[in-house]
Amino acid sequence: MKQETQSILIVDDEFSVRDSLTGWFRKDGYETSSAKNGEDALKKVQERNWDTILLDIRMPGMSGMEVLKRLTKNSPDSVIIMLTAHGTIDTAVQAMKDGAFDYINKPVDPDDLSRVIKKAMEHQRLKSENTRLKMTINKLTRYQELVGVSPVIQKIKEQIRMLANTDVTVLIRGESGTGKELIARAIHASGPRRFFSLVPVNCGAIPESLLETELFGHEKGAFTGAQQRHRGKIELAHEGTLFLDEVGSIGTKMQVELLRVLETKEYTRIGGTKSINANFRIICATNQNLEQLVEFGAFRHDFYFRINVFTITVPPLRDRRSDIPLLVEYFLEMYARKMNIEIPEITSESMEQLTTHQWPGNIRELANTLERATVLCQGQPIVPDHLQVSEMGLDETIEDRTLDDIIKSHIKMTLEAHDWNISKVAQVLHIDRTTLYNRIKKYGLKN
Amino acid sequence: MNLFLVPVHLRRSHYALLEELCKRLEARTPFPVGIRHIETGPELGFDVNRHQYNSSSIIQHLSKHSGSDVLLGVCDADLFIPIFTFVLGEAQLSGNAGVVSVYRLRNSFYGLPDDPELFMKRLFKVALHEWAHLLGLMHCLETSCLMHASSSVEEVDIRGDEFCPECQSIVWQYLNQIKQRQ
Repeated sequence: MKQETQSILIVDDEFSVRDSLTGWFRKDGYETSSAKNGEDALKKVQERNWDTILLDIRMPGMSGMEVLKRLTKNSPDSVIIMLTAHGTIDTAVQAMKDGAFDYINKPVDPDDLSRVIKKAMEHQRLKSENTRLKMTINKLTRYQELVGVSPVIQKIKEQIRMLANTDVTVLIRGESGTGKELIARAIHASGPRRFFSLVPVNCGAIPESLLETELFGHEKGAFTGAQQRHRGKIELAHEGTLFLDEVGSIGTKMQVELLRVLETKEYTRIGGTKSINANFRIICATNQNLEQLVEFGAFRHDFYFRINVFTITVPPLRDRRSDIPLLVEYFLEMYARKMNIEIPEITSESMEQLTTHQWPGNIRELANTLERATVLCQGQPIVPDHLQVSEMGLDETIEDRTLDDIIKSHIKMTLEAHDWNISKVAQVLHIDRTTLYNRIKKYGLKN
Repeated sequence: MNLFLVPVHLRRSHYALLEELCKRLEARTPFPVGIRHIETGPELGFDVNRHQYNSSSIIQHLSKHSGSDVLLGVCDADLFIPIFTFVLGEAQLSGNAGVVSVYRLRNSFYGLPDDPELFMKRLFKVALHEWAHLLGLMHCLETSCLMHASSSVEEVDIRGDEFCPECQSIVWQYLNQIKQRQ
């Protein structure tokens, strides 16, 4: 039973050491070569890659320590084992701090050598496996490309590249549905933390009382019902990224707690006493006007400054209409692939409607519209009827509409959705039936 | 490819073990095995600093006297190669000289009562292992195979005295090549 050929380079100024080790390793089936000094070793390392390098510490000319420093730079994948005589143990320890894998004393107990070499080979195997796995993760976590060629999207892509390799706190601002989480994922997936988790927390969806447990976790018995230790999102994001969506919904008490974690890089689980080291990157997103919240006292200014180190503003879709045809193409292809059908064509009228619509729900709304159209068109070209975009959006911005207009269209939509069942609609709208009748009369709504 | 066992730093009283080893090896190898005496000198391979004998120096000396035969020194001294604290035996890969030491094969070396049969078994395994190196075989990962690397008597005891099927086929392959050359 033969082993996979591994290569070993022996660097020692003594011929007898080189000769005996070369002979020994050859019998073990290793591909072996030797170098009589540091310069010779560096030359051999440039020529090819060595799995393991046995390096003598004391050599005339360039010392083993000097060679080690250069090898760790030039040949980072090699496992380096230092050979040392009695009296150079301190140097050997220093060598390990400088990147050597292990050291062995000369003369070597044959048992020790076999053990160290086996350990080194195992280490080498794990290292290459790790590299392979990281490459796989790279492929799997490649973020969904931001679609668009408009200058504003180009600028955001540039900002993502710039921020990826830093730990800067990022605040992503933009209306709902503009793709804030996609940008957070892109920053995470492009940086060194991509091998760890991105943990999203939708702060708006979690009641304030539960958010603390959700973020910090709790110890067993911390409160009634805490039957098990629970790891919080901060712990899960260790070495990765914590994405706080709808950060404007976090209460001020919680902001203080989070601020302390961000400042001290430590926290404790609820009901616990032990400090836990926190190493994560934080990315926040909001569609609220945080400055106004600060002004009203609903948002702490110190927390605001801490999370607002770098801001990325994602424009609403209506402000980058030139990207709509590309997005349409992207989503149609995506849904066709998902549904395992041919990519449907789209008529110029439909495209016209899509590019002129206001898209209050932004890209999310566009995606949903196109998914629905892909189903409805049944393999035929997509016509305006398949789009079913609500009329309210056409040629009319939200800013142009009065409160009465919004109330009117909302009541109308709810009535239609419930077949004009007055009792049901009154219940849904949280108003009594008389008020609903009055509103129907006021707005002139008819079944 | 006749194999000759050569006493090196071996007391005359131990020559009987040479004959026993000779018999056992002859039973397992397709070539005649004999004993040859060559001048070695008491200082051959001795290292004054380590008080041990350098196996590489002994092999070099035997190689000079091998002619067309293969010589395997049997020695009662503690052997070393410069990088190692000791070796149980050493042989050239596809060469004509090797050496084995009985020094660490006896139980008494480890403070245990001597066991002559176990000692002979160990010597036979080490000698056959080195002979296979001389033939051209490398170490094997199969722990029960005779060609598994062993640096202690415990490991010698663990490995068997047979080649694994893969190593056995390589042995036959080498032997056929030698026969064809002859």
